[in-house]
Amino acid sequence: MSTGPLVKTKPAEKADEFAPQEGLFSERNLRRASPYLFTLFLFVVWELGCLAFDVAEYVLPRPTQFFEILLTRAPDLWGHSVQTLYTTVLGFALGVVTGVIIGIAVGSSKLVYAAAYPLLVGFNSIPKVAIVPILVIWFGIGTVPAVITSLVISLFPVVANVATGLATTQAELEDILRALGASKWDTLVHVGLPSSLPYFFASLKISISLAFVGTVVSETIAANTGIGSMMIVASSNFDVPLVFAGLVILAVMGVALYAVFAVLEQRMTFWAQTRPDEMG
Amino acid sequence: MDAEAQSNSHLIDIDDVSLRYGVGEGSTLALAGTSFQVSEGEFISLVGPSGCGKSTIVKLVSGLMPVTGGRLTVDGQPVTGPLSIVGIAFQNPVMLPWLSTLDNVLLPLKIVRPHRDHFRQRKEEFRDRARALLKVVGLDGFEQKFPWQLSGGMRQRASLCRALIHEPRLLLLDEPFASLDAFTREELWGVLQDLWLEKKPTIIMITHELREAVYLSDKVYVMSARPGRILYERDVRFDRPRPLEITFDDAFVEVAQDLRQYIQLGRNETSAEAGP
Repeated sequence: MSTGPLVKTKPAEKADEFAPQEGLFSERNLRRASPYLFTLFLFVVWELGCLAFDVAEYVLPRPTQFFEILLTRAPDLWGHSVQTLYTTVLGFALGVVTGVIIGIAVGSSKLVYAAAYPLLVGFNSIPKVAIVPILVIWFGIGTVPAVITSLVISLFPVVANVATGLATTQAELEDILRALGASKWDTLVHVGLPSSLPYFFASLKISISLAFVGTVVSETIAANTGIGSMMIVASSNFDVPLVFAGLVILAVMGVALYAVFAVLEQRMTFWAQTRPDEMG
Repeated sequence: MDAEAQSNSHLIDIDDVSLRYGVGEGSTLALAGTSFQVSEGEFISLVGPSGCGKSTIVKLVSGLMPVTGGRLTVDGQPVTGPLSIVGIAFQNPVMLPWLSTLDNVLLPLKIVRPHRDHFRQRKEEFRDRARALLKVVGLDGFEQKFPWQLSGGMRQRASLCRALIHEPRLLLLDEPFASLDAFTREELWGVLQDLWLEKKPTIIMITHELREAVYLSDKVYVMSARPGRILYERDVRFDRPRPLEITFDDAFVEVAQDLRQYIQLGRNETSAEAGP
């Protein structure tokens, strides 16, 4: 009955021809509501579990406790959230721009690939938390090391995916252009870049989540504002509900930005989605 | 046929051309001592067993690959790279999936000089030209569809339009109809014949369909198994435009039978790999 979630059809054309369309509890509405319902369900289980086993607040606070904190300390939390969001998005944006440039260089030249790729992999293997102290020596504490950490951490997925996208461009597509006398630049603009867009957008979803990791890691070590720094202070005060409130904020921001890029991906790469052949 | 009248002005001159893929031990000789000429406005076909280096000839003439031996000239000049007078359609009608059918057909005009230099100014004119071509092949109404919304036959028609949009003097067709069903194929023979009669580009068609070759061509060349060379050539002198029914005439069948013998010969020839 249900169209499996893996079979993507073009919206509005063929979706659920056989499913009952009307009614509040139609299969489609249920599917749309399911992520919210499931999250709510988990919080309820958590709440009841803590109550049933009488878990202390400083070990594992109940959801109602930290949601209360979210409300009562909203103005204070808002400032930290904006700082973290700003740092993350800035670092991510710079990381994407740098990543695309490096990715194009690595993906379109075998020489650059051979020379630079091992170095990139090695650089990517360094835990980013290890570079924060160096950044602090250079730039002091605060926004700058956090932006750079999130830049550095969101860089690699973009580089790897753009390079892969370019390197795996269908040779036949390139032949068509080459036979017309297209230059390398023409081929890149008309075939290489468009055909690596699906890879690029896939990498954005990964990178934005990583950018949060970078920011928060840096904030916990070297900052006076931001969710990461707030959580460190709260945990040294044994204010565990506030720590969990910070986690909730990070999770919500992460999901929201992921969703933005997922929608963008859908819009930009509709032509690359798997779909049943529309004609024989 | 006025091919004879122009025979001293060959558009393409292939003289003792050979091609070897790779170097040293693992290399393969795809073509050995292939020679033939094609006159301006002539429609010729190359037939032969699979793997005989037919497609290699397309890659050489189009300038996608350099020859490793012999001489290849197009329009009097040795081929050193891709030529703007060439249009190509491959067996697999690859199209850019992010462009509409119309924009796919327009692609060569964005690449090939001198058209690309005034693509913006003459965009409407170019679009009209593309629409007219799509109409000829029966794709009017599908201009704004994306390639993945077209059937295989429709994609092949669009790919023919793309090969023709910049009005090339030389059209290279590499098994253009091989992946289509028999009825669509026969229909497209008619379309191709009409297009050719209208503009008279020089056409080299690679095929393994004898009826297709005889129906469409002025001259058919039979190639041997790898390493490929020309075994036999046969003029086909039926009046144009040729109706499809002609393929059942005795005279037509006689030509096809004649060619078939030589293909058989080419297949049986145990051509020892002339490796180094």
